[in-house]
Amino acid sequence: MTPIGETPSQTVGPYFSMRLAGVGENILTTRVGRIVIEGKVLDGEGSHIEDALLEIWQAGPSGRYRHPDDTRDLELEPDFTGFGRAATDFETGQYRFETLKPGPVPDREGALQAPHISLVVQGRGMLNPTFTRIYFSDEEEANADDLVLRGIPESRRPTLIAELQRGTDPPVYRFDITMQGEHETVFFDF
Amino acid sequence: MSDPVIRHYGPKAYSDHPPFSYPDYRSTVLRGPTRDLLTIVQTLSETTGPGPVWTDVSEEDADLTMNAGTGEAAIGERIIVTGHVLDEDGNGIPGVLMEIWQANACGRYVHWRETEFPAPLDPNFIGVGQCVTDDDGQYRFLTIRPGPYPWGNHPNAWRPAHIHFSLMGPSLGSRLVTQMYFEGDPLFPLDPIFNSAPEHARDRMVAHYDHDVTEENWALGWRWDIMLRGKAATPSEGDGQ
Repeated sequence: MTPIGETPSQTVGPYFSMRLAGVGENILTTRVGRIVIEGKVLDGEGSHIEDALLEIWQAGPSGRYRHPDDTRDLELEPDFTGFGRAATDFETGQYRFETLKPGPVPDREGALQAPHISLVVQGRGMLNPTFTRIYFSDEEEANADDLVLRGIPESRRPTLIAELQRGTDPPVYRFDITMQGEHETVFFDF
Repeated sequence: MSDPVIRHYGPKAYSDHPPFSYPDYRSTVLRGPTRDLLTIVQTLSETTGPGPVWTDVSEEDADLTMNAGTGEAAIGERIIVTGHVLDEDGNGIPGVLMEIWQANACGRYVHWRETEFPAPLDPNFIGVGQCVTDDDGQYRFLTIRPGPYPWGNHPNAWRPAHIHFSLMGPSLGSRLVTQMYFEGDPLFPLDPIFNSAPEHARDRMVAHYDHDVTEENWALGWRWDIMLRGKAATPSEGDGQ
């Protein structure tokens, strides 16, 4: 039987880690110069979600994606795919990625967007994936010009900005995802 | 400097998917967004994705009856699950990474969180596999038909037998995680996860028995096609900069 429309999404359930987000999938690189992104996923009551799956997709430091559509003559980082997966820790609710900070990627008009990482959030009790972006607090100028950020009411923009924690090496950015409520993360339709 | 290809994917068919909150499946209530999604213009960040870079799979990964590494075969009803991954025009999509996970023949998952259900584990079955679709968008797994299993959502709740499927298509927007069910399962009307999908679309998650897939003296055949969002339309002039 050939389907006549999109196959419906279903939850990843509680056992996704049998296959997804295995050991090391959250470490995109071990290189000097890497950054750490960590945080929690919070539900509508502010409790951490102990079985969320996070997937990131990003350009390398040059701003180029490792993808056949990105034919630009820019350097591709060796051994860096730009894809990572992490599960939140069952006890602490914390997730962690180690990766390279992406360079800027052009929009459809060719203007550079602020550096960002695409993020897909799934989990038990989530029937659909949710999509958002991680921006960086130390890119104030670029963030101020970014079309996506400018389309968001100022009060909600901080939900997309990872906060650089001072004095750590490698540098750590804190990025919590709030699924519901007053501080709900801005999620995208595209 | 060569211009990138910035495709334009048609809108996602939200009406074919479950709502974020479906109270009969209790844990959805606090975990889905309640505010409107923000519509953004697709850029390379949305029109590319990890699918094409991840092709490091071996043929053995698609045989869940033997991939536990013990050299012995898993116990249960041996089945072939095959079909095509299609775009919304019905064209097969090559190079899609498919990852699956499932319970064993008794309904038991190999996962440390499964401690309540006193069904036996099978030392020769780990319940995970992967493959990449071929040039026609076709995939094929050999596995064991999973059993139904109980869960805590409501009194005497049982999930219909299912296999979890994760698909990495050509773009981030075509990311899909779903579950494949088996035609004729009496638990369908009782399962809030199955029924969270809109009624008109539920059958798209159901595999059908196909005697042409069945192999004599070996395994029963099930056919299931999956349609991903998007048709990857050829970019129009001026899309690349």
